[in-house]
Amino acid sequence: MSFLPYVVAVWVCVIGLYGIVTSRHLIHAIICLSVVQSSTYVLLLAIGYRKGYAAPIFIDIPRSTKAVDPVVQALTLTDVVVGGAVTALLLAIAVQLDKHLGTLDPDELDPLRD
Amino acid sequence: MARQAPPRRRPGELSFAGRRRLFVVGAVGLAGLLLWGLAGLPDFSTFTPVYGQVLNRVAVEERSTTDVVTAVNFDYRGFDTLGEEFILFAAVLVLGLLLRALAEERRGKIDDDAPRRHPGKTSDAVRLTTVALVGPTVLLAIYITAHGHLTPGGGFQGGVIAATALLLVYLGGDYAAMRRVRPLTLVTTAKAAGAGGFVLIGLGGLIFAGAFLQNFLPLGQPGHLVAAGTIPLLSLAVGLEVAGGFVLLLSELLDQLLVLRRRRERRSQ
Repeated sequence: MSFLPYVVAVWVCVIGLYGIVTSRHLIHAIICLSVVQSSTYVLLLAIGYRKGYAAPIFIDIPRSTKAVDPVVQALTLTDVVVGGAVTALLLAIAVQLDKHLGTLDPDELDPLRD
Repeated sequence: MARQAPPRRRPGELSFAGRRRLFVVGAVGLAGLLLWGLAGLPDFSTFTPVYGQVLNRVAVEERSTTDVVTAVNFDYRGFDTLGEEFILFAAVLVLGLLLRALAEERRGKIDDDAPRRHPGKTSDAVRLTTVALVGPTVLLAIYITAHGHLTPGGGFQGGVIAATALLLVYLGGDYAAMRRVRPLTLVTTAKAAGAGGFVLIGLGGLIFAGAFLQNFLPLGQPGHLVAAGTIPLLSLAVGLEVAGGFVLLLSELLDQLLVLRRRRERRSQ
């Protein structure tokens, strides 16, 4: 099953999209977007992983030890930070929408309503 | 989620079931395309990108940093981290703008006429646990930030942990207590100093070593707390920025519930 982690990444992405499409509440949709984004963590870490290799931390292992890829791990950190920023902004927009329209149901958001 | 039947449908609008059927068609296509693309990758756990292996081999010698992920973040790819830090910076600014007190709102007092907004007294067990946890949480945040170049951690992780200490105060005490331990001027200053400090250290590299964000300080011995040149300083700058940013973010969101009041009754729609 050497392909399984990639399949998991695709599955997490698609199931998150399913949540967004069928969402009846904007907070729920925002959480689903976080799920979609977490598929990229799985994919990045899966690309860098190698069985039997150590973590790229050489404080207590010899420097010649084979270690997994540090670059994709650093990219994943960036990914997490950006994900946090996006979620916070979307939540702020949801708060204001609820104040102005009194609903968080995407089906009741009519673009023509004033 | 609670409602079952969707509200009135406009002409030409898909029903809920129709939307789901349409999604299934699209999702099968998307998943197929993604899997097709990913099938071109090497099999799982058979491939090691060369760049990462080179860094694993040289980072400890070159930068006296035993955590290669931190070396990538704050040195080899420090410029990317600058962008990442400013994404967060901009996001917190925009969040403050979105959640400002609007024209029809005013900032009320916590103890005024809205009793249902009071979260109520927390139990003694919760108060005791959270108060006991605040100190260790702050200590952990400092430890994680300061040891980023030695063990897993760094400014991003430490900053977020520091911000959770504030949430613990809110959970165990109340909102007024949280406001006392969160002087907003100081928090904003820390956030700005963190963002500006990163750029200043980068400029130091430009002046003293000839390239922006070049590591220009003495490197010391690998495995020592004071080592790795600018890496711990950049980590600290990021830690300040992230802690300040998240404290502001949490404050703005809590203010929405607890402080902002509507001036007039909502217009009937």
